[in-house]
Amino acid sequence: MSFPRKWESKNKKIPVCTGMTRKSFMINLMYLTVLLPLLGFIINGAFGSKISAIGGSADGRKNEKVIGIIGSGVIGLSFLITVFAFFQTLALPVEQRKTIINLFTWLKVSSLDISFAYQVDQLSLIMALIVTGVGFIIHVYSIGYMHGDKSFWRFFAYMNLFIFAMMNLILADNFVLLFLGWEGVGLCSYLLIGFWYDRKFEKGTTGDAAKKAFVVNRIGDFGFLLGMFLIYLTFNSLNFSDVFTKASSFGVPETTFTFIALFLFIGATGKSAQIPLFVWLPDAMAGPTPVSALIHAATMVTAGVYMVARCSIIFASAPAILTVVAVIGTLTALFAATIGVVQNDIKKVLAYSTISQLGYMFLAMGVGAFSAGIFHVMTHAFFKALLFLGAGSVIHSMHEEQDIQHYGGLRKHMPKTAGTFLIAALAISGIPPLSGFFSKDEILWYSFANGGFLFWLIGALTAFITAFYMFRLYFLTFEGKERFKHDKHPHESPGVMTIPLIILAILSAIGGFIGIPELFSGEHGNIFEGWLEPVFANAERKLMFYGMHTHFEEILLMTISVVGVIASIYFVRYIYLKKPSIANNTAKKFKSIYNLLWNKYFVDEIYDATVINPVVKTSDSFLWKIADNKIIDGLVNGIASLIGSTSGIIRKIQTGVAQSYAVIMMVGIAAALFWIIFSL
Amino acid sequence: MSVPIVYYLILSAFMFIVGVAGVLTRRNAIVVFMSVELMLNSANLTLITFSSFMGNPVGQLFVFFVMTVAAAEAAVGLAIIIALFRNKQTVNIDEINILKW
Repeated sequence: MSFPRKWESKNKKIPVCTGMTRKSFMINLMYLTVLLPLLGFIINGAFGSKISAIGGSADGRKNEKVIGIIGSGVIGLSFLITVFAFFQTLALPVEQRKTIINLFTWLKVSSLDISFAYQVDQLSLIMALIVTGVGFIIHVYSIGYMHGDKSFWRFFAYMNLFIFAMMNLILADNFVLLFLGWEGVGLCSYLLIGFWYDRKFEKGTTGDAAKKAFVVNRIGDFGFLLGMFLIYLTFNSLNFSDVFTKASSFGVPETTFTFIALFLFIGATGKSAQIPLFVWLPDAMAGPTPVSALIHAATMVTAGVYMVARCSIIFASAPAILTVVAVIGTLTALFAATIGVVQNDIKKVLAYSTISQLGYMFLAMGVGAFSAGIFHVMTHAFFKALLFLGAGSVIHSMHEEQDIQHYGGLRKHMPKTAGTFLIAALAISGIPPLSGFFSKDEILWYSFANGGFLFWLIGALTAFITAFYMFRLYFLTFEGKERFKHDKHPHESPGVMTIPLIILAILSAIGGFIGIPELFSGEHGNIFEGWLEPVFANAERKLMFYGMHTHFEEILLMTISVVGVIASIYFVRYIYLKKPSIANNTAKKFKSIYNLLWNKYFVDEIYDATVINPVVKTSDSFLWKIADNKIIDGLVNGIASLIGSTSGIIRKIQTGVAQSYAVIMMVGIAAALFWIIFSL
Repeated sequence: MSVPIVYYLILSAFMFIVGVAGVLTRRNAIVVFMSVELMLNSANLTLITFSSFMGNPVGQLFVFFVMTVAAAEAAVGLAIIIALFRNKQTVNIDEINILKW
């Protein structure tokens, strides 16, 4: 008996990390979840083309399996570490559930002290589970989807780099490291949207879509940077725990908080595609479908939501901005959902659906329901990744056809894809007991209880519209008559693609059970909220909602939204399966509204007219032709020619006759001598 | 009874001025060159004068060094003049003025 005790006590003497015990060693390995994807990126990025070329095939497309296994393997390992760390954290008492892993000091200039340090707490663990878990599934799926692509290895390298950046973003323990991840995911998004750089996309190329995403994101990033500077100015630190402790205790004026929160929220609108910076996300569909699933649905776009949740105390200290967040979220949800109703491109519908769902998450943040928002991030990651991967499976089997008007009756040909897609559509519509029901209803309930009736009304209306366009998409794609040409032979996708679909379908179906509202679960309360409670405790204390609401109201609202959604589904079934003429007639009758929606409210055109064209015009007529050509070039050339002409006069001194130089030298020496002698 | 030091210095100053005048006024490169040597030797004379009058042999030692260097320099200088003559068929330095704008 004495041996293990000795071993234990010996082990305790080595303080590797704060709060380190033998039981929690996996938590301290969490930094590996960041480094492993980086390793995968380096291997695939540096040697991918070499690996592909081994075996001597002319087009270098061999060894896809090796690259795919390396690419998904590192993510799978990260996921395993995260799972272990999660369970070890679960075993710890609540007050010890925050571990900071300090790797090394990055920058140290006077009071500015930035470390490469990762913070493992309840919130970052949830996000890490989503990112690595869904990321792993999508990586595996990509092995099948990207099969035969000429730059298979490049795809996996970028995907791994993305996971690396995303893990930095969510595990960072200071704003600067978060910003590193923030910019990193933006870069990877750019690289992956333009992955098929030689393909046409809409009016331009995929490169244009990539550039658009990058530039719009930069606008948001600028806001985020300003927020960061203001935080440093106010709190003299960029470390999360410092800033949040000071923010919850010190008497900082509310105006300062308002500005910080506003700037941070501008950053969030860029990354999470909210009004007014959402225009890049629909165009981001130019990338391969797994990219849309991973980056533009499940993980990257939720970074803004995560950031707002992480800075909940700052937002809670600025109630005005919190209202702005709620309003923007609600409007975005409704706005994007209505556009989604008329779109015909399968990925476009899903893109607008993503924007709309992100609006829900911001609505949750805005009404102070931070854990409900994060809960929706999680369930949305499951079902939206599933929807995108299902869409990818359809696109794959229909040979790159994306127009749902040219689908129909695909359920017979691809039953697994259709079944999983149906589960995801039911989940996103909020049919109990699928995951979307719990998370969406949680948000709707809080928006009623903390926000107001109007927020609830628009939210519920959006839920009905969501059910409408999702089932329009489902019915037009998988049910009804076959509307595709007979040279296409749709077929079920291979197992490497359908198994991820099935896993995600299971998660979409049962994922909601960890967040059953208090109403049903009784004294245990909401498990998910209980888990995240310590992270948001300060913010919620500051907000102090004293809503007097009964369970009866909650059940009533829940019933209304579920009944509305089911009615919406039956309605869309009637329109698109029984009487397809209704859809066309309605479109004709309300042509102006239809056009407005079809053209996405002309937002792109408005931006073209108000921002892009003026910028291009002033750049062309003033900045280029006057400022650059006349003023700057004139200045530079003028100075050069002035020096030239002056030199032309002065150079006549150089006669080339050695003796004239000698005379000058002699005179100089004589003068110097005289000066020396007479000054003595 | 010895010659006063001033005489030596006057002689050497005269030699130096002759050298300078030669360098500045003559057109033949060889003569200019010889004038430079004259200036060098006037400096040597000054060194020897002071060395002798102050009883310090270091000045005379220096003169030997100067003569050695002058001999080497004369060789290099004459070589340059010969090379110039081969190119230009002249040693008139008025005509050797290519080093200008």
